[in-house]
Amino acid sequence: MDFDLTTEQSRAKSEFRQWVEQCVVPVADANDNREQTPPELIAEIAANGYLGALVAKEYGGRGMDALTWGLLCEEVGRGSASLLSLLTVHGMVIQSLAKWGTLAQRERWLPKLATGATVGAFGLTEPNIGSDAKNIESTAVLQADGTYLLNAEKRWISFGASADLVLVIAKVGDKATAFLVERGMPGFSIEPIRGMLGFRSANIARLLMRDVIIPAQNIVGKVGFGFSHIAGTALDHGRYCVGWGCVGLAQAALDAALSYSGERYQFEVTLNKHQLIQEMLAEMIVNVKAARMLNYHAAFLKDRGDPSLIMETSMAKYFASRVASQAANAAVQIHGANGCSSDYPVQRYFRDAKIMEIIEGSNQMQQIIIAKSGYQQHLVNKRAARRSAAEGEGR
Amino acid sequence: MSTIEDAVRSFLGQFVSDPDVEGDHDLFSSGMVNSLFAMQLVLFVEKQYGITVANEDLDYENFKSVNAIVGFIQSKQ
Ligand SMILES: Cc1cc2nc3c(=O)[nH]c(=O)nc-3n(C[C@H](O)[C@H](O)[C@H](O)COP(=O)(O)OP(=O)(O)OC[C@H]3O[C@@H](n4cnc5c(N)ncnc54)[C@H](O)[C@@H]3O)c2cc1C
Repeated sequence: MDFDLTTEQSRAKSEFRQWVEQCVVPVADANDNREQTPPELIAEIAANGYLGALVAKEYGGRGMDALTWGLLCEEVGRGSASLLSLLTVHGMVIQSLAKWGTLAQRERWLPKLATGATVGAFGLTEPNIGSDAKNIESTAVLQADGTYLLNAEKRWISFGASADLVLVIAKVGDKATAFLVERGMPGFSIEPIRGMLGFRSANIARLLMRDVIIPAQNIVGKVGFGFSHIAGTALDHGRYCVGWGCVGLAQAALDAALSYSGERYQFEVTLNKHQLIQEMLAEMIVNVKAARMLNYHAAFLKDRGDPSLIMETSMAKYFASRVASQAANAAVQIHGANGCSSDYPVQRYFRDAKIMEIIEGSNQMQQIIIAKSGYQQHLVNKRAARRSAAEGEGR
Repeated sequence: MSTIEDAVRSFLGQFVSDPDVEGDHDLFSSGMVNSLFAMQLVLFVEKQYGITVANEDLDYENFKSVNAIVGFIQSKQ
């Protein structure tokens, strides 16, 4: 595994960093207070080609490799976790269409998603169903004319209030199916949600679909494959994006802690001269590095299309979200009362980091699959050891 | 045993405790594999055999058992 960035990747990283410094960091707290990402910022991120980062060049996108995309997510996550979630959910729609869309769907939507003319969102969670996503209650019923009648309520949908196109998972009978629901379809309404702990400028919404008629050509993939393959693709992408975003968020918390503890005096020395503060800083520094390495590893596997990327991405997201949470917690502690005030961004990091442990599969869900996969790997190793011992005896 | 079947069983062995199941045993309806397995299988088939699994291949009959997976790979080669 090569940790060196290519010249192009290094150039891209500086470009992302510069853009985040100039256009995201200065407005992140104000947007958080206002509980909104304004359309102008969405237009700006689109104008840079970042909404089309993952769309192939033939459809007008930037066609980024997995690592470059990860670096973009890290930088945006450093500036604003809410804005990162736009990259996450918009990318979930892009990845699902690029992988499972028909040619007609790809030709219709990918160019618009690439320019940001169409903003995408992902609707899986419902009032009664979150982690247990296989048991969603939204339904779509096939009608005599070949269309589907969709009835669904989706909650906590990031950028749902801005979306033009939502990938909605509903059941046809007992078969999970992915539908493209377009803004303006009769029966489709959007209600912004305010007062969230974190991701306050993620334009979160409740989406209601009452007897919405969906043409069959708006099914992504096939009936019955909505959860296993389409949501499977989307959520893997989501975890990857959030994993990198958490590295950025943790880095922002660390940078703030290093800066503040080097300037604030207590007991006649700067805070960073106190060993208990040094302990917190050391933990943050090493954890951020470790989280970044796990994400690099996931990127390496993703660029190779290795099947192990799915579990490795889950681990990277799990670890990085914990690190982001711990780092933001320590950053607030180091800032004392200042850290609890709106004068410093660490309180926003702290609130956003908590969300990272819940979305794209909560940390408990990640723990369950990581532990099971670890045990399975143990059995594989045991079988291999038994086989090689038997071969040794046979010789 | 064909080499494709060997490879499929060896891949399956990373996810289930009994990769030596009957060739026609339904991996999904028997609950042997978790929700992530479907995409792991797609990636395996694509990487190992240079096949692209796309919209038109989304048919349960292509993935449900060891025999189905082997047949699918052969049909795409
Ligand atoms: C800011 C924000 C943005 C979001 N954006 C989107 C979006 O764009 N699209 C979308 O579809 N969803 C979105 N969500 C929803 C998110 O995916 C869910 O919140 C998440 O899947 C958890 O579901 P839940 O909140 O219903 O919690 P529940 O599933 O009810 O779980 C509650 C708690 O119990 C734990 N738990 C559940 N089952 C088990 C178990 N078997 N063992 C141990 N612990 C368990 C969970 O880990 C959690 O801590 C968003 C959520 C937030 C907060």
